Amino acid sequence: MTRTIRIECLRYHPETDAEPRLQAYEVPFTDDMSVLQGLQYIKDHLDGSLTFRWSCRMAICGSCGQMVNGVPRLGCETFLREFWPGTVRVEPLEHFPIVRDLAIDQSDFLAKLESVKPYLVQKAPPAGENTNLQAPEEMQAYYRYSKCINYLLCYAACPQYGLNPAFTGPAALTLLHRYNADSRDAGRAQRMPVVNQEDGVWGCTLVGYCSEVCPKDVDPARAVNQNKVNSTLDYFKHFLFPRAKEKS
Amino acid sequence: MAGWWKRHPYYLWYMLREASCVFITAYALILLWGLRRLAQGEGPFEDWLESLGTPGSLAFHALALPVVLYHAWTWFKVMPKTLPDTRLPAAAIVAGGVAASAACSAALLVAVWWFGLWSVP
Ligand code: FES
Repeated sequence: MTRTIRIECLRYHPETDAEPRLQAYEVPFTDDMSVLQGLQYIKDHLDGSLTFRWSCRMAICGSCGQMVNGVPRLGCETFLREFWPGTVRVEPLEHFPIVRDLAIDQSDFLAKLESVKPYLVQKAPPAGENTNLQAPEEMQAYYRYSKCINYLLCYAACPQYGLNPAFTGPAALTLLHRYNADSRDAGRAQRMPVVNQEDGVWGCTLVGYCSEVCPKDVDPARAVNQNKVNSTLDYFKHFLFPRAKEKS
Repeated sequence: MAGWWKRHPYYLWYMLREASCVFITAYALILLWGLRRLAQGEGPFEDWLESLGTPGSLAFHALALPVVLYHAWTWFKVMPKTLPDTRLPAAAIVAGGVAASAACSAALLVAVWWFGLWSVP
């Protein structure tokens, strides 16, 4: 059955618009249509100038994060039928600059991601071996956090990031923890300065909404808060043994 | 960002959690004050006990009790995020914490009541 729903999109073309505005479209939809498909209908049939990001349309690429009626969600995983007969308001992710309409500028996050060295800093394999084997329990220590693929919904959910953009933020700190918690990694000493700084884990006040909106159940708030313990231990270690050589 | 906490009920509950510490502090100060009065002797302590029964104090405690209970609940709610990785499911940690604190409160209540029975001249 086809019904019609009103979709309000935030529109902003920085070259021509003085400020962002909402534009409404009447969109015919069926029960199986997502918010992303609603936007695609608008682009194909009503207004070709609407700009938004998408790729996989199956919740695995992380491109289509948007504010849907004020909540950070994936457009491809949110269905229009949930909102009918009401209106759907689609806006770009909170706390990021707008490039155009619903597309945001992620450069700030990408710089932070780079700062946490989100890759294995290879540990030398045990003598006589040429690889680092890993037991299932060792994998469990980081597996959950490895499912983060930077949808950035957690940044849009984090008021601390909104108030202080210097805060390293949930996803970058989670990926930092993902590698620190990996038994094959030797990069901990290089990453701890990012954890310890004021804008590292200590910028978090455990609002916890990041974990609530995460579509992959990564629980970034947990990764961040476990590192408050690690950061405290690190502090005391340096306090007690100032000349201790940094091990991984 | 002004008024950000009004944007979603989740933020409102968070702000209430943070604000509840004011009531916790007030509770602690009232108790400490009682301890000080106790050290000063029976008369001052009786005065303190009496002051707890005034309408103002009763109104404060009627408000503070639910706020402190909410604070206690949020404390256990975030516990799975602050504990080092365990195999326990988050719900079990929260339920365990709430149950333990309820048991401690009940035990304390019984102990005070018991002690009160025996100490009556
Ligand atoms: S389009 Fe890939 S996550 Fe939605």
